[in-house]
Amino acid sequence: MKAELSPRMKTALYGLMCVLLIPFVFPTWWMVTSSVKPISDIFAFPPQFIPQHYDWTTYSKVFELQPFVQQYWNSAYIAAAVTIGTMVISSMAGYAFARIRFPFANTIFMIVLLGLLIPSEVTIVPLFQMFLKAGMVNTHWPLILVPIFGAPSVFATFVMRQFFVTLPNELEEAARVDGLGRFKIFHKIALPLAKPALASVAIFTFLHSWNLFLEPIVFLSSADKFTLPQALTQYTDAYGGPMWNIQLAAATLTALPVLIVFIIAQKQFVEGLAHTGLKG
Amino acid sequence: MAVAQDHATPEGRSSSPFWTIARRDSLAGFLFIAPQLIGIITFVLIPLGLVFWYSLHEWNVLANTFTYTGAQNYQMLMEDTNLLEVLGATAIFSAGLVVLNMSLALLLAVLLNQKLAGITIFRTLFFSPVVVSLVAWTIVWGFLLQKNGGINGVLLLVGIEGPNWLREETTAMISVIVVQVFKNVGLNMILFLAALQGVPNELYEAARIDGAPRFKQFRRITLPLISPTILLTSIITIVGSLQVFAQIAVLTQGGPGMSTTVLVYYLYQQAFQFHLFGYGSTLSIVLFVIVAVLTFAQWQMRKRIVFYES
Repeated sequence: MKAELSPRMKTALYGLMCVLLIPFVFPTWWMVTSSVKPISDIFAFPPQFIPQHYDWTTYSKVFELQPFVQQYWNSAYIAAAVTIGTMVISSMAGYAFARIRFPFANTIFMIVLLGLLIPSEVTIVPLFQMFLKAGMVNTHWPLILVPIFGAPSVFATFVMRQFFVTLPNELEEAARVDGLGRFKIFHKIALPLAKPALASVAIFTFLHSWNLFLEPIVFLSSADKFTLPQALTQYTDAYGGPMWNIQLAAATLTALPVLIVFIIAQKQFVEGLAHTGLKG
Repeated sequence: MAVAQDHATPEGRSSSPFWTIARRDSLAGFLFIAPQLIGIITFVLIPLGLVFWYSLHEWNVLANTFTYTGAQNYQMLMEDTNLLEVLGATAIFSAGLVVLNMSLALLLAVLLNQKLAGITIFRTLFFSPVVVSLVAWTIVWGFLLQKNGGINGVLLLVGIEGPNWLREETTAMISVIVVQVFKNVGLNMILFLAALQGVPNELYEAARIDGAPRFKQFRRITLPLISPTILLTSIITIVGSLQVFAQIAVLTQGGPGMSTTVLVYYLYQQAFQFHLFGYGSTLSIVLFVIVAVLTFAQWQMRKRIVFYES
């Protein structure tokens, strides 16, 4: 193991890390505390790091001004659909590229990897046109289909492939001797072992969908169809300026649940992400 | 999947000798990759072809005109006086983001790799912005960066009058970079940390016995051994930096002037605000070429700078 650090060195490191933490932690704190301050206090000087007065009406305004519950549901179910769809497609493709020999496998893998070079920002104009022709503009289909089949799922496939490559051959051979077909081997043997890789695929796919911004503002036009990121920016006054306290309340409602889930499951989160094919 | 299962069962094999193990495997392979391949073709490759096709047309959605004009849009590209500024802003943003992100991620990973009590708490907190909704994070930073916002409030406490961060060209660019760095640096930090933990301790012990100072150990042992991770994360970070949109749209709308109008934002404006789909497609091609060239260049560099254990 590493040499023990001297007590002075330890203090210095703790000090350095605490200073570095400020821009990572303070914004979230400021968001939550400012969201419950009355409007007269949110730009008060000196800054109130702990609210002096509380005004909870901002939270009811979040729901009055927009169909916020509907928008929350939109974001949640779209992210869930994208996550599940991506897990299914990328685990199957990743498995095949890692473990099944079939003609043109390498060529097809290269074609699929091309998807990484072509983010949906590049193809947003024809995508818009395609979905317009299919009558799917101002529906959630583009926000579901494009990530499941586009660049984000290619990344997931890559991660899954890197994982499946590491499985020992003996496992599958034993299953083969027992008369299991390919799908059964994949489903009953390989997939259960792939839980850590699947978990990290699930995490970054969910976050990607949850954060999507360009696609919603291109494809969606009515408030009840909006997703959260788009909805947050819509709390504006008559002059188009942001209604800060309401935006911050809505932002808090958007950010806190995911943050809480993360803090509860941080070990799986962080280690899942760290121990996948991403290590290069 | 039902098809794959049918042919994959032992019964299927005995009843039809055509289905040898190799053939059944090939079929299974194709079926496993079919959804991904069809998806890529439909939602990535065909649109890429279309975007090139559109770029050869003058297409105004409002006027409902779609006429083949050959290279005219590319001509327009050359004469677009805004484009140089946009490409400049994109380059500054991406370079600033990558340099800041990678060095901060490495610093944090080295710190988190120390044997200290409670280090997981720090790891969790440094990582936490990654899971905060991007637009929520951007909104609160926009709030903090107002003229009378939290950051200037704190500065004023120590007697400094801060600038109007988002309304001055230099500080606006710095702001959008910094907001993005703190949002996502945790991801690279974790990948670096995993790589650092993979460096065998014996190497450090040997170096210590040889009397190599810490800095030299870092340069000669750590950096070469984690270079594959550095390469991979830098590719991901650069490509990601070229896709930045929400932060610009929420914080500066490309301003002041055009100082923070990066390529994706400019593309969005041309295509979806000015309804110029043809020219928007041409800008898409520019974006695609930049992403492709940068990725290819970095991939080529791996032979020269990346150290692989073999």
